[in-house]
Amino acid sequence: MEGHVMEDIFPVRVLPTVDRQNRRFWTSGEEGRLCIERCTDCGAWIHPPTGICSSCHSSSVEPTVVSGRGTIYSFTVNHQPWFGDIGPYCVVLVDLEEGSAAQPLRITSNLVGTDPDDVAIGMPVEVFFVRCDDVWLPQFREIR
Amino acid sequence: MTGRAEHRRRSERDAVISGIGQSEVGRRLGRTAMSLTVEACLAAAADAGLTLNDIDGLSTYPGGVMDGLNPGFGGPGTDAVQDTLRLDLNWHSGGHEGPAQIQAVINAAMAVTTGLARHVLVYRTVWESTAQGSGGRQGMGGAGGGRARMAGSLQYLLPFGAVSAANWLAMNAQRHFHTYGTTRETLGEIAVNNRRNAGLNPKAIFRDPMSMDDYLAARMISTPLCLFDCDVPVDGSTAFIVSHRDYAPDVPNTAVGINAVGTALHGRPSWDQRPDMEESPLRAAADAMWARTELTRADVDTAQLYDGFSIITLMAIEALGFCAIGEAKNYLEGGHRISLDGELPLNTAGGQLSAGRLHGFGLLHEACVQLRGQGGERQVSGEPEVAVVANGGGPIAGTMLVTRGVS
Repeated sequence: MEGHVMEDIFPVRVLPTVDRQNRRFWTSGEEGRLCIERCTDCGAWIHPPTGICSSCHSSSVEPTVVSGRGTIYSFTVNHQPWFGDIGPYCVVLVDLEEGSAAQPLRITSNLVGTDPDDVAIGMPVEVFFVRCDDVWLPQFREIR
Repeated sequence: MTGRAEHRRRSERDAVISGIGQSEVGRRLGRTAMSLTVEACLAAAADAGLTLNDIDGLSTYPGGVMDGLNPGFGGPGTDAVQDTLRLDLNWHSGGHEGPAQIQAVINAAMAVTTGLARHVLVYRTVWESTAQGSGGRQGMGGAGGGRARMAGSLQYLLPFGAVSAANWLAMNAQRHFHTYGTTRETLGEIAVNNRRNAGLNPKAIFRDPMSMDDYLAARMISTPLCLFDCDVPVDGSTAFIVSHRDYAPDVPNTAVGINAVGTALHGRPSWDQRPDMEESPLRAAADAMWARTELTRADVDTAQLYDGFSIITLMAIEALGFCAIGEAKNYLEGGHRISLDGELPLNTAGGQLSAGRLHGFGLLHEACVQLRGQGGERQVSGEPEVAVVANGGGPIAGTMLVTRGVS
């Protein structure tokens, strides 16, 4: 997995409030890795992080490194100029390869570097990160 | 779940909608939210043949603390309205965590049927058009206006430029297109239908005719949703009086019976985490509602289904079982079934897409208008007796079956 930090496509972003619960998800990109909360008792993945396993209700959960690879479950190309005229950008729902169809491990993100006309459901993608202040936002690019 | 619901007493039938009221509705009216609210509330009480001294319950959605998220989204809270109207209340409730906007009406019905109140005033006020001004529709969380911080579930959406429900619902639509072969024309049938109906509604915002070609030529907002797939922010307030059915014989206009409600929510209450995003969360609520009534889909004379975005309406038609999941493309083809003279006249006042975003309450208001036979040029023929209303449709949903006269 390549995890280096890239230039951002947005002039400004609404950012998360980093707290004890979500810190690893929003900052592990500094190390070039994506971390998702996982139950150390039953192995279930938990996202968004809650500190409690949704499968066995254990509180033995830990941010755990994932591969950063997945496929596009759905997407949209935004044209509305919420941020001024920055041109179309692609929002994606990525199902990470550690999940399953019944229990997808899914995060919302952006697809960068692919022509919006070429984005498709099922496209394989991998994570990279952009830094905004104290958070490292996961972003995705197509695996060609 | 469904089996248990079948054996419950359908106590919602002890409640009726005895009065309806609506303020002036328009774009950038420049009026205060309280002014619109009071206009609607006084109209509803008068319509029910009541004075404010008779009102002993007060209910609203989403309550008075929501304006920080989306300017103009929240109206005045119950405390502000109680104080302004100097009401003496036996029961009051305002909030947004529940089965979508219509939860405020369902809560009122429960207050009436449990005897906590006899006549509940229910209102929903929006002033998004004035609050958002003339600079175009805004994203949530101050997107574009500076580096804001967001906690809660929206922190996992907003940082990625997914700053509007238009973005979130677009991804439901993209899944539906991908899985079932749904097309923009399918969504266009809903938008064109609603515009045609709006032409017959003097209070509607967009009344000019719109063809399918006009729809398809509209600018994209968030693929595959175009401008006409999105509702139009307005200023306006809608109010109801929910009373005990004992009062029905004294109602000046026809009482509207609450036949069954659907409040269930299964699966993850999330914009992006539901495993099958082709399906609306309304499905569980709809199944629960049908299990609480002997009425069937064939008995429904008009459907007033939430259309904050056209895809929500499409998914609601499927979730309510008017066609199977994935069959909306065929069901909506040509738009005949949902037209005023079709088998399921849909959003007969123009819906939120063309009449204005009264946020769910406009749809229940129109259901009452139709059941009371007051639709004027847009009145569904044959004296409709049963209407279905659905609200919500992103992470949450609620639904209600209403009838002409007590149920």
